Amino acid sequence: MCDIRFLSCGDSAVTVELSRDINEDTNKLIRYISSSLDEKHLKGVIESVPTFCSLTVYFDPFKTSKARLERAIRRIIEDYKPSTINGGRLFHIPVCYDGELSPDMESVCAHTGLTRDEVIALHTSPEYLIYMLGFLPGFAYLGGLDKRLETPRLDTPRTLIPEGSVGIGGKQTGIYPLASPGGWRLIGRTPIRVYTPHSDDPILYKAGDRIKFYPITYDEFVRGECKVRVEEVTP
Amino acid sequence: MTGITVINAGSLSTVQDGGRYGYMSLGFSPSGAMDTYSMKLANLLVSNSLNEAVIEMTLLGMTLRFECNTVIALTGADMSPEINGKPIETYTSVEVNAGDLLTMKLAKSGLRSYLAVAGGFDIPEVMGSASTNLKCSLGGFEGRKLRAGDFIPLRHSIPLSLVGERRVDSENDYPSEYEVRVLLGPQASLFTEKGIEDFFSKEYTVSDKSDRMGVRLEGDPVESLDGVDIISDGMATGSVQITSAGTPIIMMSDRQTTGGYAKIATVITADLKLIAQARAGDKLRFVAVSEKKAVSLLKRENRKFKLLQYRFLCAAWRY
Repeated sequence: MCDIRFLSCGDSAVTVELSRDINEDTNKLIRYISSSLDEKHLKGVIESVPTFCSLTVYFDPFKTSKARLERAIRRIIEDYKPSTINGGRLFHIPVCYDGELSPDMESVCAHTGLTRDEVIALHTSPEYLIYMLGFLPGFAYLGGLDKRLETPRLDTPRTLIPEGSVGIGGKQTGIYPLASPGGWRLIGRTPIRVYTPHSDDPILYKAGDRIKFYPITYDEFVRGECKVRVEEVTP
Repeated sequence: MTGITVINAGSLSTVQDGGRYGYMSLGFSPSGAMDTYSMKLANLLVSNSLNEAVIEMTLLGMTLRFECNTVIALTGADMSPEINGKPIETYTSVEVNAGDLLTMKLAKSGLRSYLAVAGGFDIPEVMGSASTNLKCSLGGFEGRKLRAGDFIPLRHSIPLSLVGERRVDSENDYPSEYEVRVLLGPQASLFTEKGIEDFFSKEYTVSDKSDRMGVRLEGDPVESLDGVDIISDGMATGSVQITSAGTPIIMMSDRQTTGGYAKIATVITADLKLIAQARAGDKLRFVAVSEKKAVSLLKRENRKFKLLQYRFLCAAWRY
């Protein structure tokens, strides 16, 4: 814990860097600090954004100072006991890997040398950890993609990817929560809405939760009856 | 009808307020007015709370027809506003009557103009803010930019006698060359000594590819030690990202919440109003200041707003 760095992010934000590489322990610590900040309602803290190795904390410089915030965060870290952090939630998310919903399945098979069934089996077996959300509302950066599935992004990104598309980009996989441009290879689509506009709780999951995909047929996709199943994970 | 009809929507006009906070960890941009300083002044002039929703216009102003009597104020870039063909003053509370036509032209200098209406627009808040998030079609007026034919409802029709005549010095003579103050970090250590030196000594030109997401700069590339790719982390409004081409982008209201390019510095909050009014072709230089200085400049600005509020209230009591 001795290499924690407080990086200046201007007069109203500070980035607390907790490690230099991506790992689950750091993610747990970041989640702990961010929930402690929420619970303690520290004076002047507006919100915080957890990322892979750090947490950016936004504050009102009229109500607190960077120095005071730094002391408060150091005290929070001193009290940290990894065993007390819950394991987050596990979301079972249905994905259809068929036909027009998986326009890049062929190129992924060609690059990885796997069959379509093998791609689906490898993609649906891990419990992916959501390290952070960014890029788009609800866009989850997931850890845990099987190395055998790694496929480079498209040379030319698509100008419009439909909502719910599931793709692979390099070492990462994820869901496009809303229609957007993007360069990942699309291997399926979920009928589940990750993003519910006009809600006070607009995104299905948050950083620290996990996702496991399960395959559904094209008929099931079209009928749209598939539900997300949520489990609490024991630490 | 208590409201305003859009006759011509200008080039990009949106409803914005102080921004949408509390949802950045889910990936939602803060949105909000680019030049919050001008937004606050406009609100002050019509006796609104400082962060009330306003209309932000970009480069080319709107034509609006008022369907009720009200009081308005225009701040930011001077778009030569006229009511029924007669020029009106900016940075002043102006009484308008039902049927009046407000026309505006191209900004003389600067880029963004703000229209506040006494009592505020009757725009529902979405996730705690009335700001328009164009990418997500969220908030503001139906989640989109304003169009000809839109009817924007007002909460009340308030007469000038209730607001009082309010006026402040206009601040819309925007220069085309200026200094922008920054705090170094979070990733200044990823750049060479020469890179940092160049960043502070070279002049940058504002690119025409700038928008509400970011103000892009052209100029000599900033030299990094070993590339500018980082493990994605959080950013702030005002973060100066250095792209793989080596040129800076200043991240603004519609920015992403996280990013994978190194950020050499952060523009101080008090100078964001300069960036919000930056026009393609403007020349700027970066200057480093201390955190103490950055906060004191912001405090000075805040004191100014408090003082004006007090002055206007005292003036109103004398009626």
